[in-house]
Amino acid sequence: MILVWLILIPFLGGLLCWQADRWGEQAPRWIALATMLFVLVISLWLWVTGDFAFPQGAQNQWLLEWRTSWIPRFGVEVHLAIDGLSMILVALTGFLGALAVLCSWHEITHRIGFFHLNLLWILGGVVGVFLALDLFLFFLFWEMMLVPMYFLIALWGHSGSPGQTRIRAATRFFIYTQASGLLMLVAILSLVFIHFGNSGEWSFSYDVLRRADVPEAMAPWLMLGFFVAFAVKLPVVPFHGWLPDAHAQAPTAGSVDLAGILLKTAAYGMLRFGLPLFPEESRAFAPVAMTLGLIGIIYGAVLACGQQDIKRLIAYTSISHMGFVLIAIYSGSELAIQGAVVLMVAHAFSSAGLFILSGQLYERIHTRDMTIMGGLWGRIPALPGFTLCFVAASLGMPATANFVGEFMILFGTFPTAPVVVVIASAGLVLAAIYSLILMQRVHFGPVYRQGALAGPDWREYIMMLSLLALVILVGLYPQPLLDITAGLSASIAELFAEGSLADVAGEVR
Amino acid sequence: MLTTADLVTVLPLIIVASTAVIVMLGVAWRRNHAVTALVSAAGLVLGLLALPLTFPATSSPPLMQVDGLAVMAGTLVLVSALVTVILSHHYLTGYIGPKEEFYLLLLCATAGALALVASDHLAMLFISLELLSMPLYGMLAYSFRAERSLEAGIKYLLLSAAATAFLLFGMALIYARTGYLDLAGVAGALVQAPDAWMLAGAALIVVGLGFKLSVVPFHLWTPDVYQGGPAPATIFLATVSKLAVFVVLLRLVLAAPFFSSEWLQTLITVLALLTMLGGNLLALFQANLKRLLGYSSIAHFGYLLVAIVVGNALATETTGVYLITYLVTTLAAFGVVTLVSSPFGGEDADGLPVYRGLFWRRPYLAAVMTVSFLSLAGIPLTAGFIGKFYVIALGVADSRWWLVGGVVAGSAIGLYYYLRVMVTLYLPEPGMRRRDVTNDWGSRIGGLTLMALAVVILVLGIYPAPMIDWVQGLSGLTN
Repeated sequence: MILVWLILIPFLGGLLCWQADRWGEQAPRWIALATMLFVLVISLWLWVTGDFAFPQGAQNQWLLEWRTSWIPRFGVEVHLAIDGLSMILVALTGFLGALAVLCSWHEITHRIGFFHLNLLWILGGVVGVFLALDLFLFFLFWEMMLVPMYFLIALWGHSGSPGQTRIRAATRFFIYTQASGLLMLVAILSLVFIHFGNSGEWSFSYDVLRRADVPEAMAPWLMLGFFVAFAVKLPVVPFHGWLPDAHAQAPTAGSVDLAGILLKTAAYGMLRFGLPLFPEESRAFAPVAMTLGLIGIIYGAVLACGQQDIKRLIAYTSISHMGFVLIAIYSGSELAIQGAVVLMVAHAFSSAGLFILSGQLYERIHTRDMTIMGGLWGRIPALPGFTLCFVAASLGMPATANFVGEFMILFGTFPTAPVVVVIASAGLVLAAIYSLILMQRVHFGPVYRQGALAGPDWREYIMMLSLLALVILVGLYPQPLLDITAGLSASIAELFAEGSLADVAGEVR
Repeated sequence: MLTTADLVTVLPLIIVASTAVIVMLGVAWRRNHAVTALVSAAGLVLGLLALPLTFPATSSPPLMQVDGLAVMAGTLVLVSALVTVILSHHYLTGYIGPKEEFYLLLLCATAGALALVASDHLAMLFISLELLSMPLYGMLAYSFRAERSLEAGIKYLLLSAAATAFLLFGMALIYARTGYLDLAGVAGALVQAPDAWMLAGAALIVVGLGFKLSVVPFHLWTPDVYQGGPAPATIFLATVSKLAVFVVLLRLVLAAPFFSSEWLQTLITVLALLTMLGGNLLALFQANLKRLLGYSSIAHFGYLLVAIVVGNALATETTGVYLITYLVTTLAAFGVVTLVSSPFGGEDADGLPVYRGLFWRRPYLAAVMTVSFLSLAGIPLTAGFIGKFYVIALGVADSRWWLVGGVVAGSAIGLYYYLRVMVTLYLPEPGMRRRDVTNDWGSRIGGLTLMALAVVILVLGIYPAPMIDWVQGLSGLTN
């Protein structure tokens, strides 16, 4: 039941925020903050009390499970479960959710209650995605979180250059993700009908459909249906068109959520559904996926170098970082998949940090255009230092979490795909270039305008210091993360290594 | 010879028809808007209550067949008509001129729809279709002092007449080949493969009904008529009329096998694809809400045509579920337009700018509209998603990949304009406010009905199991 509450708390908190508007400006903010901290505390409590030492190949990989019938006509169930990976990501959602509330404390000044309603509903939907095991339920949350995100960008976003309005960006985001989601729905339904044809039993259950016997002619198409939906959200390069605009136009809280959590739902979907449902097809598809990952790394990095809008720059770096995650997922190596999890967490921290910093800069100098920044190092206390730290994390400096993730990914992928690793390493050099460009243009160089600006207040210090502490903590001691995801990555690596054998074993069992 | 059992079977129809007579006599005796509306509503509720008595049918009255499909469609017809009556009362309060005849027309058309969904004979089909259409001319042209309304009435009249001609010609061809007019006879007389005359007859019937369903390319009348007609008449046209015609088309396909011959299936597939894409594309840049909803309803019936192409038990179930979700959604969306345009004051408030910033003035009304548009777009947790889920499932189950692709592409295109309308509701107000609902809208019955509809949309989206059970039970009993 605790899993149901994890999902319900943000939704109820959101409704409360909406109504709390009438009790004054601060009420919705405090309620939203308390809600997200509550989610964080619950997930951390589960983490501390949970036992994640699964023996390899254990029958039940779930720490907690909750299921009840929902639409018996099609065998749809409300089936929630949590394991190490979901746990990490739910905790991350709680943490970044709280940060998103904090960073919009001064930024959002109108319709505060409705803003927090949308913010919390996104987070509720994301938690749902991380917990749902029934494919219908998963799809439901997957699509549902788009609506509040749309409103967040369309109503509280910034309008960029003429013709690039926030509504356009929001609409594009919505259409990209919704249309690709429908392809996933078609794939899910095909899977269900194939299973129904074979066994005469309706089910959307993950465990049941994993054992569905898909005809060979169909399987690659179904796999592609899932892949495209996840690829749009990750994003993988030909499907990335929505991302820079959505990031640039979104309010800070929206960018933090998008980069920190929403992109992670895609990687999560691949790890949880894409690979286990179609191990053989995924293995056959791996070279293509890795190539796409490589293209993403290079393309994102090169385009990041040429950006003038600071948030667009960070958005393109996300594409680059997610390229590493994609390569790791399809490498099928246990080490690389664990690295992908670490990099996902690390990227959530570092990109959230950078987005919050750019939001804070915007509050002070009212621009995101890097060509008219310059020389801020001497004008603002503390913020440039923090920027340097997060930039260092983003370029993968040792002792930051990003380094651990990227190192593990490259190291783990090398035995299976050395060429890919060699090219991907070049991406690290580009990462250094765009990170330094960001630092140089914003904080060093010629001073564009004189006058000191306000330093961070206690709220901003708390956000920055907590993020920084986590980046360094995970960078120096990633073992807790590795421990609780070991079971999952091992089982995926196993599936990948002997896709056909695992299928047979599943049927025998 | 009619027996008592026969009379019980057609009881809802009798009740609705007698209500129409009572309303007519009442108008002749003394005009009173509120009483007329109340009597009409009471008649419809009584008809609704009488529906369970008719089923399972103990008899089969001549020309009619009261099976699961008819009862299901009858329920939907009566509920939609009831909502229309409630909204009409709200709308017509400020109308200068006789108000009461609107209800008379509405009741006659409802009786036609009830007979249509149960018709088992081509003659019955034709008569009830005309009974449904004729009062609609009057309803659409009701506020005839407004030029657009008159234009809408005339346009619908002319195109309906054309459609009727197609329909009659098709029936004549089929009668000429088989010598039967009842569906069972037509189906039975056909032992070998249908020849060109039969196919031509069937195609002409499809075209005739396609006019009423505004299937592309027979849709040209739709936007003008939707825009011009008074809002309650448009609601009736978009819900009751379309629903009844669709059900009878499905009945033809289920009863007469030659409708599912390959050539006709290809024809309907092409029409369905054109309708899905055409409806959505034409709606993209509409600034008029009623026209936009008109195009949107074209697209929705394009999705639903998948059921006609497939034509099996699951298709009947899909039709039921989709029609329910479409009805509650459309009633809510048009209901908001009606309420904002009430009381009647010349042209309806259907320009998009009128709705700008509605959320900050009327949060609950805007919430109703948002929910209904999310449902039209088929977003999860709303009823519309369940409908779309069924259509895609049906296409996948029958491996109609072209149609599935069309539904997906159409939905993606459709999002653009649904989102555009939705976000308009939340944009800051430009300061000019031309039309607005009355302050007490939320405590009046029209407003309460709308909020109830919004709740129903959400409940059906979150817990659809009872609806699915009901539809599945009834469609299992369809002959």
